[in-house]
Amino acid sequence: MTVEPSVRVEDKLFYNRYLVDVGRPHIKVRSHTEPSPQLLALLKACPARCYELNDKGQVEITVDGCIECGTCRVIGEPTGDIEWSYPRGGYGVLFKFG
Amino acid sequence: MIEERFDAIVVGAGMAGNAAALAMAKRGMKVLQLERGEYSGSKNVQGAILYADMLEKLIPDFREDAPLERHLVEQRFWMMDDRSHVGLHYCSDEFNEQRPNRYTIIRAQFDKWFSSKVREAGATVLCETTVTELAQDANGKVVGVRTDRGDGEVHADVVVLAEGVNGLLGTRAGLRERPKPDKVALAVKEMHFLPRETIEERFNLEGDEGVVIEAVGTISRGMTGMGFIYANKECISLGIGCLVADFQRTGETPYGLLDRFKRHPSVGRLIKGSEVKEYSAHLIPEGGYKAIPQLYGEGWVVVGDAAQLNNAIHREGSNLAMTSGRIAAEAISQVRSRRAPMSAENLALYKRMLDDSFVIKDLKKYKDMPTLMHTNSQNFFLTYPQLVSRAMQNFVRVDGTPKTEKEKVTLKSFVNARSWIGLFGDAFRLARAWR
Repeated sequence: MTVEPSVRVEDKLFYNRYLVDVGRPHIKVRSHTEPSPQLLALLKACPARCYELNDKGQVEITVDGCIECGTCRVIGEPTGDIEWSYPRGGYGVLFKFG
Repeated sequence: MIEERFDAIVVGAGMAGNAAALAMAKRGMKVLQLERGEYSGSKNVQGAILYADMLEKLIPDFREDAPLERHLVEQRFWMMDDRSHVGLHYCSDEFNEQRPNRYTIIRAQFDKWFSSKVREAGATVLCETTVTELAQDANGKVVGVRTDRGDGEVHADVVVLAEGVNGLLGTRAGLRERPKPDKVALAVKEMHFLPRETIEERFNLEGDEGVVIEAVGTISRGMTGMGFIYANKECISLGIGCLVADFQRTGETPYGLLDRFKRHPSVGRLIKGSEVKEYSAHLIPEGGYKAIPQLYGEGWVVVGDAAQLNNAIHREGSNLAMTSGRIAAEAISQVRSRRAPMSAENLALYKRMLDDSFVIKDLKKYKDMPTLMHTNSQNFFLTYPQLVSRAMQNFVRVDGTPKTEKEKVTLKSFVNARSWIGLFGDAFRLARAWR
């Protein structure tokens, strides 16, 4: 049995260029006490690992590394768990290659 | 914001939006194109393969100055288990032709070039502008857009929604539904840089020849998904995608899958020593014909990925995007030349023209494939690749076992895994969905 090295997503995001819109996150998590199954799914499905559990067991988002794929919108918007918009023009991830 | 009125507003500057804006501007229309990225391409992600035929219809001499990577001479399909792959390769010198059929491209560079052609044709291209809302009149007719540049509205006779697979405007305005988790795949991709000679040696290429590898099997861990490896000039695009519903169900992580794919012995040797320069992700429409939304209405049409126009079986999307953008432009231009209003009744012409094109004909042909693939993902993406791989190993390994015995073992492995009824059922369902 080989042990899989854990993948460090932060290292991957480090390759990318971003223009962060400080103080204006384009995705918001609805406040909750117990996270829904959809919110919990985002902990793993988000390719940039923007979603994390805080010490109270609630799901939080930090959008700085978001690569704007929309996966969390598809999973979390129908239930009202998250609010999703695109960043303001010019902000967000700036792909060099795409 | 801009006070003037336009003949058409195009939302988005990807393949579909650029095609639509270019084709309308070339017909003398006054076009405004709005793009949220700092330039066309800076938000766009694709493998990527460019299909020459569809671009020639817009820019016949594109080969003179478009930023192309390699022309494809080879296609490899891999069926993978954890340590092997069974391959079907097609390589032909006939693809070394005067006007090659397919190229690898890098979207950020290609789209920038495409956008320069849109400007040259006379369209106004406004980047770093996010469209926040469609402007509708009291009857719901789309009359323009609102952007984050100011609180005013910009008006046009028609709005072309080329806002991509995750477009918000159309769904917010109730023109179409939000993509569902079982109708879109999430793909993650890395750009691996290596010296050009190294890439040519490892992929057995000469000059600007290129190759595409597409892979299914245990790499997707039983989910509906596919890996890809595209050779560019000095880098390799490598990625993997699976249905969002499958990620949700299994708790697999996209980067975990990508990492396993990269460490597969058949893949690792291709990218060994490379420098990664970007990590990206994008959704891909996978619902096929049955997921196509309403394509037109009062004062609007929808094109490209936003309209779910993607052929998942042939992995064609950018050509469907480009073609739907061009056809929408032609339909709009015809309505305009009759001085008729951009009503739903008149814009229905776009759908009729699209129905007559390869875009809808191809999607219709495979209309049952998405359901088959998505509901039998364990069989098609895990069980069969493993069985085929073991069968091949059994076939080629020489160990003194009589061949009749070997065949019996292989046959038995298939029947044990799927049963006779299962095997015939799978073959029948596949044939029926394919025809």
